[in-house]
Amino acid sequence: MNIVVPIKLVPDLVEELEINDEGTDLERDFLSYKINEFCDHAIEEALQLKEAHGGTVTVIGVERDETDKALFTALAKGADKAIKITELDEAAPTHVVAKAVCNVLAGMEYDIVMTGVQAADDRDGQLGVLLGSYLGIPHVSVVSDVSIDGDTIALHKEYAGGVMARYEVASKVVLGVQAARQTPRYAPVSRVRQIMKEMEIEEVEAADADVAIGSTLRRVYTPEKGEGAEMIEGSAEDIAGKIAAVINEKRGG
Amino acid sequence: MSQDILVVAEHLNGAIADVTYEMLGKGKELASATGGALICAVLGSGVDPSSLGCADKILNVDHPGLADFNPEAHSTVLSSVVTTAAPRLTLVANTSMGMDLAASLSVKNDLPLVAYGLNVAIEDGKVIATSQLYGGKICAESELEGDSVIVSVLAGSFPAAAGRMDGSPAVETVEAPAAVTDTRLRFTGLIEPEAGDVDITQQDILVGVGRGIGSDEHLPMMEQLAKALGGTVAASRPIVDNKWLPKTRQVGKSGLKVTPKIYVALGISGAPEHIEGMKDAELIVAINTDETAPIFEFAHYGTTEDLFDVVPALIEKLT
Ligand SMILES: Cc1cc2nc3c(=O)[nH]c(=O)nc-3n(C[C@H](O)[C@H](O)[C@H](O)COP(=O)(O)OP(=O)(O)OC[C@H]3O[C@@H](n4cnc5c(N)ncnc54)[C@H](O)[C@@H]3O)c2cc1C
Repeated sequence: MNIVVPIKLVPDLVEELEINDEGTDLERDFLSYKINEFCDHAIEEALQLKEAHGGTVTVIGVERDETDKALFTALAKGADKAIKITELDEAAPTHVVAKAVCNVLAGMEYDIVMTGVQAADDRDGQLGVLLGSYLGIPHVSVVSDVSIDGDTIALHKEYAGGVMARYEVASKVVLGVQAARQTPRYAPVSRVRQIMKEMEIEEVEAADADVAIGSTLRRVYTPEKGEGAEMIEGSAEDIAGKIAAVINEKRGG
Repeated sequence: MSQDILVVAEHLNGAIADVTYEMLGKGKELASATGGALICAVLGSGVDPSSLGCADKILNVDHPGLADFNPEAHSTVLSSVVTTAAPRLTLVANTSMGMDLAASLSVKNDLPLVAYGLNVAIEDGKVIATSQLYGGKICAESELEGDSVIVSVLAGSFPAAAGRMDGSPAVETVEAPAAVTDTRLRFTGLIEPEAGDVDITQQDILVGVGRGIGSDEHLPMMEQLAKALGGTVAASRPIVDNKWLPKTRQVGKSGLKVTPKIYVALGISGAPEHIEGMKDAELIVAINTDETAPIFEFAHYGTTEDLFDVVPALIEKLT
């Protein structure tokens, strides 16, 4: 089967996120982007299926700072083709990204679309569900354990408490992947560099992706700390002592 | 369009999910602000509505094809329910099921959606929603335009008690569209989790370990701490995805909700999906080198010291 994986790049959450002077968005000038972790799982699951059943894996990314790197990394891991959508605003809402990806898919042959189940910035909804709805094909969120048997795709959808629902579908489908069956593989930098010499990323300008999402950001802020944690300072020894004391007090009480 | 607030009920195996009551409680407050009615849409088969007394009216779409959640069937039905009811605001849970409903309703009915809602308010007749984004590090307040809008709400954002009310609200039966039985996607069964491991929901003391422990080689140290505390090791999702610990140890949205006396979070950032599972612990102590980690908003005590320096010292102090 031919699998398409539209990926999202999101700000690296390990770094501090700054807010612009107007307080209406992140300060994007110095943001470092990286692949959304659930998209990394979607790529892994797609590659696993390709390795077991043949077919192709195409990765699509919207242009941002690190898109080339993410796409070449996917190629280095075993994807067959990479497409970059250009001319979209860095802060484009997910509806717009979905529409742009949908337009790229219109010219392609595919059986399964796999996205990351959610991304850190999808304020207006998750990419996979939006995409499935625009395409008019079924979508399932929070997916793991995808398998293929002939024309039929089987999958699990996760609920709370470890309960899962099983589904089957024999048509095109969009899957919002939660976790791949194994930890996403790693592509060594040397391999990525080599791929950069051997393969190219296809560029497509975003077309007809203007959708009004019907909401505007009024205020973006870091959560009020509330009471927050009482921070313990000092040497590791002192800190351990203080933690042991609060725990012992609680255990005693 | 009406001024009504429509809450989409979530249920699994006949049991109404708590998030439904949370939305109903909030919906009641919003309905009094808009001057509309609180409507609860139940898409299912044989769901008992008697605990949904908070609603003024129930729209009951009862069909065997809706007995088990099917993203395709349920989103088709919800679309037609919302078209007919024309509510001012539709509240959907931002859960595994709700994710498949909210965004598809937005596309199908061309309505604005704000997801990951922590709060919803009506201000000067406008719907304002606060989302929790970027792994809990950022809040974003949106103003929704138009006379019918959707907000998907994070579980645990409002008290369930406010919306859990017995009663016999008016039930209006709604015919399911024919498309319900005609889906490409087929539900083929539920898988219940395997029992056998320790039940972390019954433990008084939990040591929650996250990606910050770096490698499963460090698990024995964490086990040792748990032992010194008289507790058990639990984990965030990536630890379980890496198969370092079984699924039975996972705390959070797609894992278990725990309420121990003591929860020690080691190298856990505090993503909303993790917080959902442990925020009601009586005492939370967090060790995380990132001072901006959201876990510190929920912890009672915290330190940014390296966990590999603190944990050995702590084991020594406790044994
Ligand atoms: C639908 C859905 C359901 C989900 N369900 C769950 C769920 O049930 N449970 C769950 O946990 N997650 C769940 N997640 C995943 C969740 O979004 C996060 O990805 C996850 O909780 C992150 O785990 P973490 O905190 O261990 O890792 P990270 O976010 O990577 O955090 C690691 C932390 O360790 C700290 N650290 C690193 N080194 C050290 C050190 N030496 N000393 C101290 N601190 C250190 C870092 O500063 C960082 O904050 C779900 C996601 C989705 C989309």
